[in-house]
Amino acid sequence: MNHSTQNAASRAGSAPAGLEVRDVRVVYPGTPPVVAVEGATLSVAPGETVALLGPSGCGKSSLLGAIVGIVPVAAGAILWDGSDVTAVPVHRRGFGLVFQDGQLFPHRSLARNVAFGLEMAGIAREERRARVEELLDLVGLEGYGARAVTELSGGQRQRVALARSLAPRPRLLALDEPLSSLDADLRARLAVDVRDILAAAGTAAIVVTHDPAEAEVMASRVLRMADGRLL
Amino acid sequence: MRTAAHHSLSWWLLALIPLAFLGLFFLWPLGSVLVHGLFDGGFDVAGTWAVVTSSRTADAVVTTALLASAGTVGSVLLGVPGAYVLYRLRWRGQRAVRAVVAVPFVLPTIVVAAAFSALLGRSGPLGLLGLDQSVAAIIAALVFYNVSVVVRVVGGAWAGLDPATAAAAATLGADRRRVFAHVTLPALVPAIASAASVVFLFCATAFGVVLVLGGTRVRTLETEIYLQVNQFLDLRAAAVLSILQIVFVALALWLSAAARRRRERVLGGRSLDGTRPFVRADAWVAAPVLLTLGVLVAAPMYALVERSLRTLDGHGFDHYMALFGEPGRTVLPVSVAQAAVNSLVTAAIAAAVACVVGQVVAALLTRRSRRSGALDAVVMLPLGVSAVVVGLGMLLTLNRPVLGIDLRGSWWLVAMAQAVVALPLVVRTLVPSARAIDPRLRFAAATLGASPWRVWTRVDWPLLRRAFGLAVGFAFAIALGEFGATTFVARPDRPTLPTAIYRLLGRPGIESIGMAFAAAVVLAAMTAAIMMVSERMRTQVGADL
Repeated sequence: MNHSTQNAASRAGSAPAGLEVRDVRVVYPGTPPVVAVEGATLSVAPGETVALLGPSGCGKSSLLGAIVGIVPVAAGAILWDGSDVTAVPVHRRGFGLVFQDGQLFPHRSLARNVAFGLEMAGIAREERRARVEELLDLVGLEGYGARAVTELSGGQRQRVALARSLAPRPRLLALDEPLSSLDADLRARLAVDVRDILAAAGTAAIVVTHDPAEAEVMASRVLRMADGRLL
Repeated sequence: MRTAAHHSLSWWLLALIPLAFLGLFFLWPLGSVLVHGLFDGGFDVAGTWAVVTSSRTADAVVTTALLASAGTVGSVLLGVPGAYVLYRLRWRGQRAVRAVVAVPFVLPTIVVAAAFSALLGRSGPLGLLGLDQSVAAIIAALVFYNVSVVVRVVGGAWAGLDPATAAAAATLGADRRRVFAHVTLPALVPAIASAASVVFLFCATAFGVVLVLGGTRVRTLETEIYLQVNQFLDLRAAAVLSILQIVFVALALWLSAAARRRRERVLGGRSLDGTRPFVRADAWVAAPVLLTLGVLVAAPMYALVERSLRTLDGHGFDHYMALFGEPGRTVLPVSVAQAAVNSLVTAAIAAAVACVVGQVVAALLTRRSRRSGALDAVVMLPLGVSAVVVGLGMLLTLNRPVLGIDLRGSWWLVAMAQAVVALPLVVRTLVPSARAIDPRLRFAAATLGASPWRVWTRVDWPLLRRAFGLAVGFAFAIALGEFGATTFVARPDRPTLPTAIYRLLGRPGIESIGMAFAAAVVLAAMTAAIMMVSERMRTQVGADL
């Protein structure tokens, strides 16, 4: 990981390593069209965790979706290590995403949920199993691999979602309100866990949240957003 | 925005599959029916007008409207009390009775026709009523077939009515009769209207029942199309009649859509339990209603089974054994068992084609948009055109080489006709399941590196598999019992089970008619088995989600 970023940095000269978002605009079609994000510019360095904080409806989830590639970008550019990935389809972008409610695959066991990204990357069975073990360890669910995801509690589901997203070693991990479907007590504990897990994985991350305390705990830098614009 | 354009292109490329299928086996045949009816070698208004204004046509139109209205009124009169007893009231064993009442609706029309002809024919249990080949016999069969639609639709609405409203009216001084007339009935009217319009549509397009029970005496638009082709070889008249039938069905569909919109407005998505336990006083209503429904459902089925077993000297399995023998060239060129095998093979192909095309359509309709709305409308078109018109169209169009391939009399055309008829139902079974999958689940897979194709194979398909199984079962059952389109396309030397039954029903002598009844029992059993397996699949689908 470190090796490749150095290579990219030297190739691109002065271009900053990691994620760079330039003047991105997101518009939802309709009559009239709704501008969800306007002129958003930000950057995330490798290994850094940045929080996007703002009230609901401020466009922070749309911006996150645009970065990951599941929301079309109307204008602007998204770059990774200086190269433009705006037109790269989601599945080749190498950015992971954790949804608010996990979105685990209901037809797969816990371990096979975590293994999904590894299967897509064509990783051999043995190596896959080792990586799944390692991640279940990381999120504190060792030995749960054979469970059905329907048997899990809300907190466990989010841990699985996190492990699933981290398994194929994404270049960037996006987390969309990863804790807001949980109760307050669990949230506080899990926020610390998420920070530690991200630190241990060394992945660049963007966390979207509406909770300032949560943002402080999880992120090293907090960006505020309101009415579709970064403040 | 390159990705969006790319998506759009692949959507249209995929849409070519259902559009090509429907274009070749439905739209083109339909178009040629229209052309045949209106032009026939030159624009000929006088010729068309002569068919439209002939007394035979007027007769058929009046009979169609009369039978459809009477069938609808009968179904409502019996179905509304049935809905009360089977859905509003709560009692033990109710589910089993509901299932029995629903049985006729899944039976192939030729089986219903055979059952009523077994009951009302000259040597049937009710033969002395002299109702054979009468309008009354057809109406009874239509009610038998459609009453469960009214029971289910009105029952669902009735079970969800707030009992507090009726209680409020009672505290305002309304007696039970006035509560029903002024509170309950008005609340049920949208559901009744909606059910009635669907039943009207079914009755107006009923073909097998009218053809068998009406003979040449009672003729509707549907059977008149068939008679013009098969007895008078007048394709022109058949095409003109098809256009009239299309107009008639469009009118019925428009009415049913209007009724459904009203019902949805009234229901408003609320659901509450308005059922109440059965008390002794209810027996005065329940007993006669259940008795009538029981006799209506059981009598024809009993007569069918009894007469399939009746021989010259008592009862036995002779007719069933005869299904395996050659019945003689003038009756059927092959054994009935061979016809059953033909049916199974064509139905299997039809189900496979309908489900593969239907699955592609469901994938394209998963995300709602203007283009998916347009595709949906095209795919649903066969619902609005009677199977007889589909069959006639195929007969007119594909009876000559197409693109250098000689389709004339190709046996698999039967499978294609059946697939066209089954497709709308397959799509309606698959689309809700496909739309029930959270789109974010697909995004989750995509962010983990799954291409659109792999998202489909790894996420959509495992979650849709059971609904797909259900659709295969439905399509197979529909294809197996399909009669309207099949009669036009099936070759005489390669009959399907329904066309063989029809042929045998028209033959004199206890041998032929006994075999017809035995074959109808076999077809009913095959259909029931398929429906039972599919329904099991449905409960498992429910348990999964």
